[in-house]
Amino acid sequence: MAKNISVTIKFWKQNGPKEKGHFDTHELKNIPDDTSFLEALDIMNEELIGEGKEPFVFDHDCREGICGMCSLYINGTPHGKTERGATTCQLYMRRFKDGDVITVEPWRSAGFPVIKDCMVDRAAFDKIMQAGGYTTIRTGQAQDANAILIPKEDADEAMDCASCIGCGACVAACKNGSAMLFVSSKVSQLALLPQGKVEAARRAKAMVAKMDELGFGNCTNTRACEAVCPKCETISNIARLNREFICAKLAD
Amino acid sequence: MAKTINSRIPEGPVAQKWENYKAHQRLVNPKNKLKLDVIVVGTGLAGASAAASLGEMGFNVLNFCIQDSPRRAHSIAAQGGINAAKNYQNDGDSVYRLFYDTVKGGDYRAREANVYRLAEVSNNIIDQCVAQGVPFAREYGGMLANRSFGGAQVSRTFYAKGQTGQQLLLGAYSSLSCQVNAGKVKLFTRYEMEDVVIVDGRARGIIAKNLVTGKLERFTANAVVIATGGYGNTYFLSTNAMGCNCTAAVQCYRKGAYMANPSYVQIHPTCIPVHGDKQSKLTLMSESLRNDGRIWVPKKLEDAKALQAGTKQGWEIPEEDRDYYLERRYPAFGNLVPRDVASRAAKERCDKGFGVNNTGLAVFLDFSESINRLGLDAMKQRYGNLFDMYEEITDVYPGDLANEINGVKYYKPMMIYPAIHYTMGGIWVDYELQTSIPGLFAIGECNFSDHGANRLGASALMQGLADGYFVLPYTIQNYLADQSIWPKVSTELPEFDEAEKGVQAEIDRLMNIKGNRSVDSIHKELGHIMWEYVGMGRTAEGLKTGIQKMKELQKEFDTNLFVPGTKEGLNVELDKAIHLRDFFTMGELVAHDALSRNESCGGHFREEYQTEEGEAKRDDENFFYVGCWEYQGKDADPELIKEPLEYEAIKVQTRNYKN
Repeated sequence: MAKNISVTIKFWKQNGPKEKGHFDTHELKNIPDDTSFLEALDIMNEELIGEGKEPFVFDHDCREGICGMCSLYINGTPHGKTERGATTCQLYMRRFKDGDVITVEPWRSAGFPVIKDCMVDRAAFDKIMQAGGYTTIRTGQAQDANAILIPKEDADEAMDCASCIGCGACVAACKNGSAMLFVSSKVSQLALLPQGKVEAARRAKAMVAKMDELGFGNCTNTRACEAVCPKCETISNIARLNREFICAKLAD
Repeated sequence: MAKTINSRIPEGPVAQKWENYKAHQRLVNPKNKLKLDVIVVGTGLAGASAAASLGEMGFNVLNFCIQDSPRRAHSIAAQGGINAAKNYQNDGDSVYRLFYDTVKGGDYRAREANVYRLAEVSNNIIDQCVAQGVPFAREYGGMLANRSFGGAQVSRTFYAKGQTGQQLLLGAYSSLSCQVNAGKVKLFTRYEMEDVVIVDGRARGIIAKNLVTGKLERFTANAVVIATGGYGNTYFLSTNAMGCNCTAAVQCYRKGAYMANPSYVQIHPTCIPVHGDKQSKLTLMSESLRNDGRIWVPKKLEDAKALQAGTKQGWEIPEEDRDYYLERRYPAFGNLVPRDVASRAAKERCDKGFGVNNTGLAVFLDFSESINRLGLDAMKQRYGNLFDMYEEITDVYPGDLANEINGVKYYKPMMIYPAIHYTMGGIWVDYELQTSIPGLFAIGECNFSDHGANRLGASALMQGLADGYFVLPYTIQNYLADQSIWPKVSTELPEFDEAEKGVQAEIDRLMNIKGNRSVDSIHKELGHIMWEYVGMGRTAEGLKTGIQKMKELQKEFDTNLFVPGTKEGLNVELDKAIHLRDFFTMGELVAHDALSRNESCGGHFREEYQTEEGEAKRDDENFFYVGCWEYQGKDADPELIKEPLEYEAIKVQTRNYKN
């Protein structure tokens, strides 16, 4: 059975990318601990609106841990702490104790400017994808799906790499603000599959170049990214990206 | 004189219609494609695949989404899989059988020609996605793996763990990204379509709100494609994402597009049950779990009472006291009956008092038998992420060993209950996916076309991608063929002025009500009315009460709403208020349609019309039609226009999943 807890939410308010931000606080009383964290924020917003105030703005959508929209820094950890990887929307109040102060901040990274409060602009990830995160094939031309046999192990590994939800927690956690885990997951997925091999070199170069251009930092192997990835992407992807990238550069 | 509807179905036997159509349709030559602009609203499976394909063909595409990236669209949350008639399992599948299963699953209320085309192109979708690098599950020999879904006796569902929607959407998103890079698609993220602009009777543009600046902007094109999903969030609690809404679709309806079969709403049998009143959404547990999970409630009422009181646990109940009611009632399909059938069966048991949690509104989904037979690892391979997700939400892990009775091991079961999931109804479209407004097309969940009164599992992904990759890019050319000789329209036209003024006036109206109720508090109330009176079991009287209550609540909305902040800049509450305004319109429409349809079929169950065994009782003599609704103004009731259904390939009969 659920038990009720009371917590204090300390949340970041900021009007726009160039504005100065500050923390506000709000007491939440008697929240059932089977409430999700975002539902607790919903309750807070209803209370704020009831006081005639503007609600606290944050991104969220599917609330099933798959769309990658939610993006909060909770008590110093992207998506908050759970036993296994999970997104903010899959964080439940039972992870907190009665009387806790919960600090909520946006992703803080040069690559992700704040739009309002904790809503940030992650268009940079789209731009990196547009630089090369695909196989260039036209609709309607494909051969029979079973004409390409792919060993189960390769397909499974590609699937693990493809699980990245593009939330940006890796960038937020990285002291260099590097997007290497994000980029390497896509590069790895396609490099592991025969369909993606054709353009592997071009893809690795183009995506890395775009990432650098957009002001994301370098990887210094601190593994902060994989510790917070809600989909458990690993830095072995980064090693694979480096291999692909070096091979591509050597071939130039 | 009654209005008639032309669905423009091509001549010939059903198996040749699509070939015939493609052979004779008009095409646009490559030079002219460069002169033509197409607006695509939405970036889910249908929208993204259409935008990418149209861009590849040479059209200039403007693609809009309300999220920060096209990859967030709610297609991403589809778990189980995608159907195709590949017959890789050599189990007797074929295009005809997929077509037949889909029509039958839809309780004989879908349009035959559309469904046949869907089954025909299903195989191309799998080829296309594999070529994109979608990592579908494979067997050790390297071939693609399949599993079974409800309403089928073959294994034709392709999957990528429990994240098939994600992988297919990322595939479409990468093709879209490729076209953005090529300069053929221009992306507008965090934009919401607020109105469609009609010039000389044709859709020639949209008014969209930049959600960050709050400004209204005008866009023109030669055709407009709506791919904005369904209206499930009318019910407040559903498996839809928080942002899912029907504003774009309802605005098209207000401008003259017919809304078809709105009462066909799918209630998914396997969702995590409602807890408490602070809940914001319901979480689906994939239908694929019914491959290996068995659904049951206790046979004895006293066991159910003990479960409800919390003095007994499911795993303490021995095999002989369990009622696997789906296997009992439907031996031929067992746990894999279609969704509407499974949902109603769960409701029937819970209504009789056999519910298994404290609210009495839950049944068990139990993996003990499969775990004992195949091992926990095999289950984790198939459903690992679903088991984890279930634990994260409920604090119970379905693979945990809990008890042993007479040498049989029992694992902790999931608790599930039906929830609003998908809407089969939607904007009416003809065979070309064109709405009743020339130049306005609707694809994916937001149209009504392929699923009849009930959608089979793993068919939504199929339909979204079929529409976007393989149908619309062809059929839209038939419309666009003569558009290149027309001058481009200017955004300065009075039609654009008027549309923008209308949107602005609505925004001002909502901002200026300055009452005391938040959007969510009213939306929740609307959801309760919908679930209570327009939900799983409907009656004429209940529907009338529902409509009345909605009208009263609408008055509350119009006079006592409070939207904080200003209309300038980002205002989440304002956007939610606009959505809610349109959920009201949609909710009433669902109720009207349900009230006019004096029969039970698929997702529409009228309690007055059922067999002695409690199965849906159709009335083909009087209701063998598509119910199309035409808007008649804010305070007037909508008008019903009927598109008669004509079946030539399939004999219409009573659905039977028993033997």
